[in-house]
Amino acid sequence: MKLKHLIAGMLGAAMLSTTAMAQEERGRDGNVNVIYWQAASILNPYLSGGTKDIDASSMVIEPLARYDENGNMVPVLAAEIPTAGNGGVSEDLTSITWKLKEGVTWSDGTAFTAADVVFTAEYCMNPDGGCQQLSKFGDVESVEAVDDLTVKITFSVPKPFPYGPFVGSTTPVIQAAQFAECTGEAAPTCTEQNFGPIGTGPFVVTEFRANDAISLEANSNFREAGKPAFATLTFKGGGDAASAARSVLETGEFDYAWNLQIAPEILADMEAKGIGTVVSGFGPLVERLMVNQTDPDPALGDGRSTVANPHPFLSDLNVRKALSLAIDRPLLVEIGYGKAGNVTCNVLPSPAIYNSPNNAGCEVQDIAGANALLDEAGWVRGADGVREKDGVRLSILYQTSTNAVRQDFQALIKQWWAEIGVETELKNIDAAVFFGGDQSSPDTFQKFFADIEMYANTFDGTDPEAYMGNWACSEIPSPDNAWLGGNMPRFCDPAYDALLAEMAGTADINERARLAIAMNDMLMQNYIMIPLVHRGNVSARANTLEGVKLNVWDSQLWNVADWSRAN
Amino acid sequence: MLNYTLRRLMFTIPTLLLISFIIFLILDLAPNDPTGNLPLTIPPEVREKIRQSLGLDAPMYIRYLLWSQQFFINEPLNLLNQWFGWCIGDCEGRLRVSSWATRSPVVDLIAERMPQTLWVVGMSYVVGILIAVPIGVISAYKQYSWFDQIGTFIAMIGFSVPTFFTGVLLIVIFSVWVPNDSFFWLPSIYDTTLEVVDWDSFMLQVRQMIMPVMVLGLFNAAQISRFMRASMLDNLSQDYVRTARAKGLKEKTVLLVHVLRNSMIPVVTVIALGIPQIFGGAIITEQIFKVNGLGQLLIIGIQGADIPLVQTLTFLFAVLIVLFNLIADVLYGLLDPRIRYE
Repeated sequence: MKLKHLIAGMLGAAMLSTTAMAQEERGRDGNVNVIYWQAASILNPYLSGGTKDIDASSMVIEPLARYDENGNMVPVLAAEIPTAGNGGVSEDLTSITWKLKEGVTWSDGTAFTAADVVFTAEYCMNPDGGCQQLSKFGDVESVEAVDDLTVKITFSVPKPFPYGPFVGSTTPVIQAAQFAECTGEAAPTCTEQNFGPIGTGPFVVTEFRANDAISLEANSNFREAGKPAFATLTFKGGGDAASAARSVLETGEFDYAWNLQIAPEILADMEAKGIGTVVSGFGPLVERLMVNQTDPDPALGDGRSTVANPHPFLSDLNVRKALSLAIDRPLLVEIGYGKAGNVTCNVLPSPAIYNSPNNAGCEVQDIAGANALLDEAGWVRGADGVREKDGVRLSILYQTSTNAVRQDFQALIKQWWAEIGVETELKNIDAAVFFGGDQSSPDTFQKFFADIEMYANTFDGTDPEAYMGNWACSEIPSPDNAWLGGNMPRFCDPAYDALLAEMAGTADINERARLAIAMNDMLMQNYIMIPLVHRGNVSARANTLEGVKLNVWDSQLWNVADWSRAN
Repeated sequence: MLNYTLRRLMFTIPTLLLISFIIFLILDLAPNDPTGNLPLTIPPEVREKIRQSLGLDAPMYIRYLLWSQQFFINEPLNLLNQWFGWCIGDCEGRLRVSSWATRSPVVDLIAERMPQTLWVVGMSYVVGILIAVPIGVISAYKQYSWFDQIGTFIAMIGFSVPTFFTGVLLIVIFSVWVPNDSFFWLPSIYDTTLEVVDWDSFMLQVRQMIMPVMVLGLFNAAQISRFMRASMLDNLSQDYVRTARAKGLKEKTVLLVHVLRNSMIPVVTVIALGIPQIFGGAIITEQIFKVNGLGQLLIIGIQGADIPLVQTLTFLFAVLIVLFNLIADVLYGLLDPRIRYE
């Protein structure tokens, strides 16, 4: 065995010295194994919102531009990023013109043109197609091909951040020739196309086994010479996060494992074996408590959790503030997330430019302070230790989805709140029901028939405008809008809506950051949401796999073309 | 006998129709939503459109009739077309039962997963029987001997220790502790894309099957060996055994010809009734070793609220259970001349 290695090493060294070119050959490093414990179901992101599907397809089909590991936009199929500076974005902010790279071909050898981009937009915007990335095409009026290498996207309203369509792996360009018969109602019936899209990316699908495994091989028509380094790639799905971590960190069968949300100490034990490395990165994902501003009392019938009925005690700022003060955030991070979490006092902690400096201090638990605050506000402890005022008891129903870490958090927080005289009843609901939109279920997070609910939320890309828009008055879920909308706390402040409107008309990045911080501060200082943990993404790579840059702003496989095997 | 079988077959049709309706009803009443697992960044209006595109806005009975038409008429016609090339009606545009998650025909998904499920779960059943029958026979013949005690102990372990424990234990021993380059190292992840073309790939296939087959095999063997032992004990004390011995037959003949044959009658029934479970896959074991067979397909469907997939799979399991019940009954009659159905 050792002799074999020695000979191979000598041969390799000899080849290195004689022909430097051989080293740069496409497919030189054989096979690479990637495991996603959620298996990919389909390779068309327009028909699936699942991260696993989007990431898998990002190796095959590509957008015009994407985000790098620092959240900066980099051109992929576009020649450059259009900005107001280079004339790519019109002065009135209603159109953006993309110049495409010259000489790009699809994996079948045909030329990639502006017509493909236009087709993709029509494909997604078709009202019968059930396109899952439709929100990326919000306010798009038209997408037209100016010439073969120029695409102009026109919006119906000024878009200070016009990088929705075709930026990031959620909206890649699909081939018009392949999908021509698959628009509208026919979209879901095109199994062959959805399982094996022809793309411009570094890999080509050779076999797709739905919800199981994908075999891919290097795209011989890929535009960058010598890439990808791997001749074949196996994308395996199934199992659970712990066994995926084990396959990279302990058994060495796989080279890359995605999203390893397991107990921090178990992951550290596995890493100690020394054949793989845990990598983490922080996007804008924040685990938070939503504080219901409306009364969820079942006795109210249809008026339950609607703005007509303000909450009996959570509408008191002092109570909300006391609930936040009583929480020991560093302990939550340590117990639940380890390396994969940080304490945050903001609901918008990332990208760095949007992180508010004005709310520091929440990392210190202050039970005494919380008690003093409630005493001062007139909430007096009753015989059973629960505070009350004017016959209103501080008794909270606290709900979240079923998940081991969340139930730990619930138990801890219940205990801390008991110390400040607040009684808590805990409830957990299956994730598919809690996050599902079933109108007949009373347990959805939109209906929010509880006083406090906990979950994590984030946004795609790097621009927080749409995300901050969740807390506008118009976004409050109610029976009138079939409980649709993202404003779970039912927060409504004209001053907040004014800031949002201002942001919608502002293109300057620093000015946008100022507005986003002001909105974040308004939500934080009113304790409408109580942020707990800034959660990161955790993955693992084999030590022999080089070139992995964990990207939280885009697909984790965004730079798979640059991956290679260490010698 | 033929009459009886035909009558039973006729009776299965309304039974299965009723079962399919009940499954549909249960799935419909379950508070689940196919868009529930999508990222929160997808806004509610888009979710609503997705639900509409899946046909969820139609009333329940329409959706049931649609599924029935697709499953009972379109799918068989499609099979005829694929297997024999017979084309009846509109062969291209025919609507088939499609999964919501993969947007592909459910029957194709099932066909794709059948091989690994039959190989792994089926093999474990065969291994289980091969282990169980001799253990059961010897345990009964030498009741309360050390062999019987050990056999009982192992059966107890196989029966009571869950596969998610034995599976992970084997992985920790054979994939983690044993070094990668050792002969005894076994893969913890089943490679479904592996094609057996030569001796080397055949050995790879054998290696990756060892752990899941053993884990399931132990469980199956535990069950069947207890049945075998009990049945043997019943027969060993019968008069015909004493008669056989009195006639001067060799002990081997008494045991293996007279007693074993009679003891097999109830065991064969138990084995036949267990066969549908093979097709049902082994949800937990398949998850642990990532065999990704029918069991894993079902669990993914349930998690993602992929109703057409879950409906079709559970219904197929129901068909198999009804059929194998019938087969077990008929086998019983064939093996035991005392039982006659009229």
